[in-house]
Amino acid sequence: MRHVPVTCEQREAMLRGLGVSSADELFADVPPAARLGRPLDLPGPMSEIELAAHLQTLARRNAPATACVSFAGGGVYDHYVPSVVDHVLRRPEFFTAYTPYQPEVSQGTLQAIFEYQTMICELTGMDVANASMYDGATALVEAALMACRVTRRSRVVCAPTMHPEWQRTLATYAAAGDREVDYSLAVDATAGVCDPHDEGAGIERLCEGGDVAAVLVQSPNFFGGIEDVREMARLAHEAGALLVVAVNPVLLGVLEPPGALGADIVVGEGQCLGNAMSLGGPGLGIFACRQPHVRQMPGRLVGRTVDVDDRTAYVLTLSTREQHIRREKATSNICSNHALNALAAGAYLAAVGTEGLAGIGRACIAKAHYLRDRLLATGAFEAPWDGPFAHEFALRYRGDVSRMHTAMLERGYLAGVEVARFSAEWPSGGPPVSDEGLVLFAVTEKRTRTELDAFADEVGSL
Amino acid sequence: MTRESQPGPSRASSAAPRATIFEVGAPESACVLAPALDVPDVDVESALPGLARSAPPRLPHVAEVEIMRHYGHLADMNFGVDSGPYPLGSCTMKYNPRINEDAARLDGFAGLHPYQPLETVQGALELMVGLQEALGEVAGLPAVTLQPAAGAHGELTALMCFKAAHTAAGDPRTKVVIPDTAHGTNPATVSMCGYETVTVPSDERGLVDMRALREVLDTDVAALMLTNPNTLGLFETDILAITEAVHAIGAYAYCDGANLNAIMGVTRPGDQGFDALHINVHKTFSTPHGGGGPGGGPVCVTEDLARYLPGPLPTRLDDGSFALHTPDASIGRVRSYLGNFGVLVRAYAYVRALGAQGLLEVSEQAVLSANYLRVLLRGVFDIPYDRTCMHEFVMSSATLKREHGVRTLDVAKRLLDYGFHPPTVYFPLIVDEALMLEPTETESLESLDSLGAALRSIAEEAGSDPDLVRGAPYTTPVRRLDEARAAREPVVRWSPQGE
Repeated sequence: MRHVPVTCEQREAMLRGLGVSSADELFADVPPAARLGRPLDLPGPMSEIELAAHLQTLARRNAPATACVSFAGGGVYDHYVPSVVDHVLRRPEFFTAYTPYQPEVSQGTLQAIFEYQTMICELTGMDVANASMYDGATALVEAALMACRVTRRSRVVCAPTMHPEWQRTLATYAAAGDREVDYSLAVDATAGVCDPHDEGAGIERLCEGGDVAAVLVQSPNFFGGIEDVREMARLAHEAGALLVVAVNPVLLGVLEPPGALGADIVVGEGQCLGNAMSLGGPGLGIFACRQPHVRQMPGRLVGRTVDVDDRTAYVLTLSTREQHIRREKATSNICSNHALNALAAGAYLAAVGTEGLAGIGRACIAKAHYLRDRLLATGAFEAPWDGPFAHEFALRYRGDVSRMHTAMLERGYLAGVEVARFSAEWPSGGPPVSDEGLVLFAVTEKRTRTELDAFADEVGSL
Repeated sequence: MTRESQPGPSRASSAAPRATIFEVGAPESACVLAPALDVPDVDVESALPGLARSAPPRLPHVAEVEIMRHYGHLADMNFGVDSGPYPLGSCTMKYNPRINEDAARLDGFAGLHPYQPLETVQGALELMVGLQEALGEVAGLPAVTLQPAAGAHGELTALMCFKAAHTAAGDPRTKVVIPDTAHGTNPATVSMCGYETVTVPSDERGLVDMRALREVLDTDVAALMLTNPNTLGLFETDILAITEAVHAIGAYAYCDGANLNAIMGVTRPGDQGFDALHINVHKTFSTPHGGGGPGGGPVCVTEDLARYLPGPLPTRLDDGSFALHTPDASIGRVRSYLGNFGVLVRAYAYVRALGAQGLLEVSEQAVLSANYLRVLLRGVFDIPYDRTCMHEFVMSSATLKREHGVRTLDVAKRLLDYGFHPPTVYFPLIVDEALMLEPTETESLESLDSLGAALRSIAEEAGSDPDLVRGAPYTTPVRRLDEARAAREPVVRWSPQGE
């Protein structure tokens, strides 16, 4: 295939006009020793027919979760994506556009982001949401860095119940940026959540040096448990630290927003809002904060203004925070973000609306509780702890997890996520209890009672 | 149509500003609801005490037709590559092939969960390994991570690898050297990685000033970050001496791959002496920019640095199957999961469609088209470095400003009335009133000629009717904005009347 519309004849004429006989002469500035001098060693070109067949072949070598009855979660979930979302995304004026630096011809992108920012503020209960980050993990890191700027401190406390890959990402950035992360916050192993009041390793104790910029917590946490965000906010604020809360936004139609619980910065993975799972990327990094901190916020922000004819219009604003203006003093190096995924989230939230989102949240929670009861009733599982949860929960399988996973896969089920697969990821040292046999189950509104019953019956009779 | 090809002040656009989606529809309208609950309901307040939402989020209430009309109208107010020429320098706004869009949406790719058993994602891993191998070959740097989500993310990943390598060698360093033509992401990345930026000037050729570079290279320097071709569109002719000088003090040479579209199959950053390169697949490898993203910023490094790459990395095993592997001295992760897989599918499709000859043709045509346009505009605008360029060149409105009071911003806005997206403006910072043009290889000769004619016409208007140019645009959905007001009194969310 080729996508060069200039014909061979035109190319020759263009070369003649420049006084050269071949395109190669245009590269005279490249020193001979740096010239490749041979063709690139790549597989041969393909016609579109061949390419389509090749890509189909690769795709068929996968067994997508969407073709299974999937209980896999851990940040990426098999929610239903309304048809209308992809029809919005397929408008080329959206997806073939660059960053909206020329607002006169970018009002579509700008207004869509402004509306997305509003929806995220509504969901999270915060004042300001940015135009997106890469994913939940990098949004968490940016929140930690922002808290360091706001408080002029350089240490953060990260709940050990945070998603292990987010912890690992935070550790990577902290090591490079010479910042310290403390993962030693106490965990109540009987509830699968943090114990912020613990005398030896509660928030008060960990913050007593006066150098903690933020406490970072995920709720529901990686294991599905609901953390006591209100108390954590109170204790963090007493120590002069900010509280950063990582959320699952799809649940915020039914759960109290972190803004109402005292959060200072809210982050989250927005794949669940109308984005394909796509092996975990591109996702959507949600980022929202309080108005007084807006000038320390990373990423792009769209604001409303007027044009010279006094018509309402939208524009990227407060850009003096950003790398293209502020360079080494910018709040972040982020340039490309996940605008199209934010567009999907906006179209998704418009499609489901307030009642639809609440219905989805209720369905996820009810079905997860139903499945957990059914699985415990089989006797093949035991509960590692008892505590409130929403649509994701961990159980300990009494048998061999990988054998169970294989057997259930043959029957068309993705039987959750084995927690032991993250054993190399935890900077905090590991989950609050032994990960042996521990399986994380997530249930979305797509699962039917018939599927839940059949799964419980089949896994129970292995 | 929103964009007139006819110049001159004309009727206002039909795609005028529109109410927000919160003001459309009726309170009882709904589009998609979850099916009726088929399991016992769980009372949120009793299952999650104190956490049932007290005030529901105010989301839109619209029917499906209203969603399509709303976003359809917003799309009408946008300009993309499909709308017309988009010569935005350093952004490589090339055509986005449609089969790539279809490929990324195949259920066998889009429907994959990141924690599926590896035996159920062999095709995805094969694709990623194939892309790693292809990018490594184009870069001349064999070890590749696809994890970074964007160019800036790739820059940071590479600097983290340098830092880890220096730390492991017991030789920690504090500074990173950057030329004054660099993108803003470079110094911002340096700060995020805990280094201090040292800027070196360009010389009269528009290239790195070798003498100034040698003066700042000491053993505190961890790396040089260099875009090659640079942001003036010029190839750094001293590149071999530059990378040698950097290595001589034990530092690493980093290539910002923003301009890779100029050199594929001609010269490779690895062969120029670079130790690491990030590739913007949303530039060179045709994945769409998405109105700001998502992109992809794979990083290619030398064998020596491979052990520091973030993991896990898809790898090919001896038996022909595929697995994940984390290098022994890995810096860790720079994000969740494996990368922007949906974007990588598109990049892979592009590489396989074109092959070696196709990629070489891309670079040759990109360079030829840029030079054609440069010569076409000679004498119309100032061209401060008027010699053979790579895939882009920088011109200046300095003379227009001096003689007619017409600035680069005015030229850019007037170009909108002619149906073109403007070039990158006021960058690089070392050129006064800069206009950076990158036509890319996917513009036809006719479109290059019409862009040249439009710029010529605007330059003439600047002389004959400067107010016309200064007042532009006239035909766009909105006209020039009060950006100061947006920053002074930020309104960054919609609120109901009276709030």
